[in-house]
Amino acid sequence: MKLHEVKEILHAEVIYGEEMLDIDVSSGFGCDLISDSLCFSRPDCLLITGLTNVQIVRVADMVEARAIMFVRGKRPGEDVIQLAKENRIPLLVTKRFLFESCGILYQQGLHSS
Amino acid sequence: MEMTFDVKSMDFKRAGEAAAKIKKALQLVGMEIDTVRRAVIVAYEAEMNIVIHARQGTLTAKVHPDRLEIEANDEGPGIPDIDLAFQEGYSTAPEHVREMGFGAGMGLPNIKRFSDELEIESKIDVGTQLKTIIYNQTSGE
Repeated sequence: MKLHEVKEILHAEVIYGEEMLDIDVSSGFGCDLISDSLCFSRPDCLLITGLTNVQIVRVADMVEARAIMFVRGKRPGEDVIQLAKENRIPLLVTKRFLFESCGILYQQGLHSS
Repeated sequence: MEMTFDVKSMDFKRAGEAAAKIKKALQLVGMEIDTVRRAVIVAYEAEMNIVIHARQGTLTAKVHPDRLEIEANDEGPGIPDIDLAFQEGYSTAPEHVREMGFGAGMGLPNIKRFSDELEIESKIDVGTQLKTIIYNQTSGE
Protein backbone atom coordinates (compact mmCIF):
# COMPACT_ATOMS: atom_id res chain seq x y z
CA MET A 1 0.00 0.00 0.00
CA LYS A 2 1.34 3.45 -0.90
CA LEU A 3 2.02 5.79 1.97
CA HIS A 4 -0.26 8.45 0.47
CA GLU A 5 -3.11 5.90 0.60
CA VAL A 6 -2.33 5.23 4.26
CA LYS A 7 -2.43 8.97 4.86
CA GLU A 8 -5.84 9.35 3.20
CA ILE A 9 -7.36 6.30 4.87
CA LEU A 10 -6.39 7.47 8.37
CA HIS A 11 -6.91 11.20 7.66
CA ALA A 12 -3.33 11.60 8.78
CA GLU A 13 -1.09 14.61 8.77
CA VAL A 14 2.48 14.38 7.51
CA ILE A 15 5.02 15.60 10.05
CA TYR A 16 8.05 14.80 7.92
CA GLY A 17 8.51 13.22 4.49
CA GLU A 18 5.85 14.81 2.26
CA GLU A 19 8.08 14.07 -0.73
CA MET A 20 8.27 10.36 0.14
CA LEU A 21 4.55 9.52 0.14
CA ASP A 22 4.95 7.47 -3.02
CA ILE A 23 6.83 4.69 -1.20
CA ASP A 24 5.21 1.31 -0.56
CA VAL A 25 4.64 -0.21 2.86
CA SER A 26 4.34 -3.99 2.59
CA SER A 27 2.79 -4.64 6.02
CA GLY A 28 1.77 -2.96 9.24
CA PHE A 29 2.84 -3.48 12.84
CA GLY A 30 0.97 -1.83 15.69
CA CYS A 31 2.56 -1.71 19.12
CA ASP A 32 3.36 0.46 22.12
CA LEU A 33 6.36 -1.59 23.24
CA ILE A 34 9.91 -1.10 21.99
CA SER A 35 11.07 -4.72 22.36
CA ASP A 36 8.08 -6.17 20.52
CA SER A 37 8.39 -3.63 17.71
CA LEU A 38 12.03 -4.66 17.31
CA CYS A 39 11.38 -8.41 17.37
CA PHE A 40 8.14 -8.80 15.42
CA SER A 41 7.94 -6.05 12.82
CA ARG A 42 9.25 -6.79 9.35
CA PRO A 43 11.35 -4.84 6.86
CA ASP A 44 9.36 -2.38 4.70
CA CYS A 45 6.52 -2.21 7.21
CA LEU A 46 4.58 0.74 8.56
CA LEU A 47 5.10 1.07 12.32
CA ILE A 48 1.89 2.21 14.01
CA THR A 49 2.50 3.39 17.55
CA GLY A 50 1.72 5.73 20.40
CA LEU A 51 5.41 5.93 21.36
CA THR A 52 6.84 9.33 20.49
CA ASN A 53 10.39 9.20 21.87
CA VAL A 54 13.54 8.89 19.74
CA GLN A 55 13.85 5.18 20.39
CA ILE A 56 10.92 4.36 18.10
CA VAL A 57 12.88 5.97 15.25
CA ARG A 58 15.97 3.95 16.20
CA VAL A 59 13.87 0.80 16.09
CA ALA A 60 12.30 1.79 12.76
CA ASP A 61 15.79 2.31 11.33
CA MET A 62 17.03 -1.04 12.64
CA VAL A 63 14.08 -3.10 11.42
CA GLU A 64 14.05 -1.14 8.13
CA ALA A 65 10.49 0.07 8.58
CA ARG A 66 9.46 2.46 5.80
CA ALA A 67 7.46 4.93 7.89
CA ILE A 68 5.99 5.63 11.33
CA MET A 69 2.33 6.49 12.03
CA PHE A 70 1.74 8.06 15.45
CA VAL A 71 -1.74 7.38 16.83
CA ARG A 72 -4.06 9.14 19.29
CA GLY A 73 -2.95 12.49 17.86
CA LYS A 74 0.42 12.22 19.60
CA ARG A 75 3.11 14.41 18.11
CA PRO A 76 6.84 13.74 18.55
CA GLY A 77 9.36 16.35 19.65
CA GLU A 78 11.95 18.07 17.51
CA ASP A 79 14.67 15.54 18.44
CA VAL A 80 12.52 12.72 17.04
CA ILE A 81 11.84 14.59 13.80
CA GLN A 82 15.55 15.32 13.45
CA LEU A 83 16.53 11.67 13.80
CA ALA A 84 13.79 10.67 11.32
CA LYS A 85 15.24 13.15 8.83
CA GLU A 86 18.74 11.72 9.28
CA ASN A 87 17.38 8.25 8.57
CA ARG A 88 14.84 9.36 5.93
CA ILE A 89 11.88 7.81 7.73
CA PRO A 90 8.58 9.60 7.06
CA LEU A 91 6.49 10.49 10.12
CA LEU A 92 2.71 10.82 10.12
CA VAL A 93 0.13 11.42 12.83
CA THR A 94 -3.52 10.37 13.02
CA LYS A 95 -6.14 11.13 15.65
CA ARG A 96 -7.36 7.52 15.49
CA PHE A 97 -6.57 5.04 18.26
CA LEU A 98 -4.05 2.24 17.72
CA PHE A 99 -6.69 -0.49 17.41
CA GLU A 100 -8.80 1.57 15.02
CA SER A 101 -5.84 2.52 12.86
CA CYS A 102 -4.69 -1.09 12.51
CA GLY A 103 -8.23 -2.34 11.91
CA ILE A 104 -9.00 0.21 9.21
CA LEU A 105 -5.72 -0.39 7.37
CA TYR A 106 -6.16 -4.17 7.61
CA GLN A 107 -9.68 -3.85 6.22
CA GLN A 108 -8.26 -1.85 3.32
CA GLY A 109 -5.81 -4.64 2.50
CA LEU A 110 -2.63 -3.89 4.44
CA HIS A 111 -1.29 -7.16 5.86
CA SER A 112 0.12 -7.78 9.31
CA SER A 113 3.91 -7.84 9.74
CA MET B 1 36.90 -7.02 12.99
CA GLU B 2 36.12 -5.78 16.47
CA MET B 3 34.10 -2.75 17.56
CA THR B 4 33.60 -1.40 21.07
CA PHE B 5 31.20 1.36 22.06
CA ASP B 6 30.82 3.20 25.35
CA VAL B 7 27.26 3.17 26.66
CA LYS B 8 26.05 5.76 29.17
CA SER B 9 23.40 5.40 31.82
CA MET B 10 19.99 6.96 31.07
CA ASP B 11 21.17 8.61 27.84
CA PHE B 12 18.02 7.87 25.84
CA LYS B 13 18.93 10.29 23.09
CA ARG B 14 22.04 8.40 22.02
CA ALA B 15 20.91 4.96 23.17
CA GLY B 16 20.69 2.55 20.27
CA GLU B 17 23.51 4.22 18.31
CA ALA B 18 25.91 1.39 19.07
CA ALA B 19 23.47 -1.27 17.87
CA ALA B 20 22.75 0.77 14.73
CA LYS B 21 26.48 1.06 13.96
CA ILE B 22 26.98 -2.68 14.52
CA LYS B 23 24.14 -3.35 12.09
CA LYS B 24 25.68 -1.19 9.36
CA ALA B 25 29.08 -2.87 9.81
CA LEU B 26 27.55 -6.36 9.56
CA GLN B 27 25.70 -5.40 6.39
CA LEU B 28 28.93 -4.04 4.91
CA VAL B 29 30.84 -7.28 5.51
CA GLY B 30 27.96 -9.23 3.97
CA MET B 31 26.58 -11.20 6.92
CA GLU B 32 23.37 -13.16 6.24
CA ILE B 33 20.18 -11.08 6.55
CA ASP B 34 18.86 -13.27 9.35
CA THR B 35 22.16 -13.05 11.24
CA VAL B 36 22.05 -9.27 11.01
CA ARG B 37 18.44 -9.21 12.21
CA ARG B 38 19.22 -11.38 15.25
CA ALA B 39 22.40 -9.43 15.99
CA VAL B 40 20.51 -6.15 15.95
CA ILE B 41 17.96 -7.44 18.46
CA VAL B 42 20.64 -8.85 20.78
CA ALA B 43 22.85 -5.74 20.51
CA TYR B 44 19.99 -3.29 21.02
CA GLU B 45 18.53 -5.13 24.01
CA ALA B 46 21.98 -5.47 25.60
CA GLU B 47 22.70 -1.78 24.99
CA MET B 48 19.35 -0.73 26.48
CA ASN B 49 19.96 -2.92 29.54
CA ILE B 50 23.11 -0.90 30.23
CA VAL B 51 21.32 2.41 29.59
CA ILE B 52 18.42 1.51 31.87
CA HIS B 53 20.07 -0.45 34.67
CA ALA B 54 23.81 0.22 34.86
CA ARG B 55 26.01 3.22 35.69
CA GLN B 56 28.06 2.78 32.54
CA GLY B 57 29.29 0.06 30.25
CA THR B 58 30.54 -1.07 26.87
CA LEU B 59 29.05 -2.98 23.99
CA THR B 60 31.48 -4.98 21.85
CA ALA B 61 30.94 -6.84 18.59
CA LYS B 62 33.55 -9.30 17.35
CA VAL B 63 32.94 -10.31 13.78
CA HIS B 64 34.21 -13.65 12.44
CA PRO B 65 33.29 -15.21 9.08
CA ASP B 66 31.19 -17.93 10.72
CA ARG B 67 29.89 -16.11 13.78
CA LEU B 68 29.40 -12.90 15.64
CA GLU B 69 30.16 -12.37 19.30
CA ILE B 70 28.32 -9.61 21.13
CA GLU B 71 29.47 -8.71 24.61
CA ALA B 72 28.02 -6.25 27.07
CA ASN B 73 30.01 -5.34 30.16
CA ASP B 74 28.72 -2.91 32.72
CA GLU B 75 29.43 -1.35 36.07
CA GLY B 76 26.20 -1.34 37.97
CA PRO B 77 23.98 -2.91 40.58
CA GLY B 78 24.27 -6.44 39.18
CA ILE B 79 21.42 -8.93 38.91
CA PRO B 80 20.35 -10.53 42.22
CA ASP B 81 18.39 -13.41 40.65
CA ILE B 82 19.47 -14.28 37.12
CA ASP B 83 16.75 -16.93 36.58
CA LEU B 84 14.12 -14.37 37.47
CA ALA B 85 15.67 -11.79 35.16
CA PHE B 86 15.31 -14.25 32.27
CA GLN B 87 11.63 -14.75 33.01
CA GLU B 88 9.44 -13.10 30.37
CA GLY B 89 7.62 -10.12 31.80
CA TYR B 90 9.86 -9.65 34.85
CA SER B 91 11.28 -6.16 34.96
CA THR B 92 12.89 -3.80 37.46
CA ALA B 93 12.81 -0.80 35.09
CA PRO B 94 11.60 2.43 36.72
CA GLU B 95 8.26 3.97 35.80
CA HIS B 96 9.63 6.82 33.64
CA VAL B 97 11.47 4.25 31.52
CA ARG B 98 8.33 2.13 31.12
CA GLU B 99 6.50 5.16 29.81
CA MET B 100 8.96 5.21 26.91
CA GLY B 101 7.91 1.72 25.85
CA PHE B 102 10.61 -0.20 27.75
CA GLY B 103 10.40 -2.34 30.85
CA ALA B 104 8.16 -5.04 29.42
CA GLY B 105 10.57 -7.61 30.82
CA MET B 106 11.64 -8.92 27.41
CA GLY B 107 15.24 -7.72 27.27
CA LEU B 108 17.13 -10.77 28.51
CA PRO B 109 14.51 -13.26 27.21
CA ASN B 110 14.91 -11.77 23.72
CA ILE B 111 18.70 -11.87 23.97
CA LYS B 112 18.45 -15.57 24.85
CA ARG B 113 15.91 -16.30 22.14
CA PHE B 114 17.82 -14.64 19.31
CA SER B 115 21.37 -15.74 20.20
CA ASP B 116 22.84 -19.23 19.82
CA GLU B 117 25.02 -19.23 22.91
CA LEU B 118 24.84 -17.09 26.01
CA GLU B 119 26.89 -16.65 29.17
CA ILE B 120 26.11 -14.22 31.91
CA GLU B 121 27.96 -13.35 35.10
CA SER B 122 26.80 -10.79 37.57
CA LYS B 123 28.07 -9.50 40.89
CA ILE B 124 25.93 -7.41 43.18
CA ASP B 125 27.10 -3.76 43.31
CA VAL B 126 29.89 -4.52 40.82
CA GLY B 127 28.33 -5.22 37.44
CA THR B 128 27.26 -7.67 34.79
CA GLN B 129 29.09 -9.38 31.93
CA LEU B 130 27.06 -10.81 29.09
CA LYS B 131 28.58 -12.82 26.25
CA THR B 132 26.57 -14.06 23.30
CA ILE B 133 27.38 -15.86 20.07
CA ILE B 134 25.29 -15.71 16.92
CA TYR B 135 26.26 -18.08 14.11
CA ASN B 136 26.19 -16.62 10.64
CA GLN B 137 23.42 -18.65 9.06
CA THR B 138 19.76 -18.40 8.23
CA SER B 139 17.61 -19.73 11.05
CA GLY B 140 14.82 -21.00 8.81
CA GLU B 141 12.41 -19.21 11.12
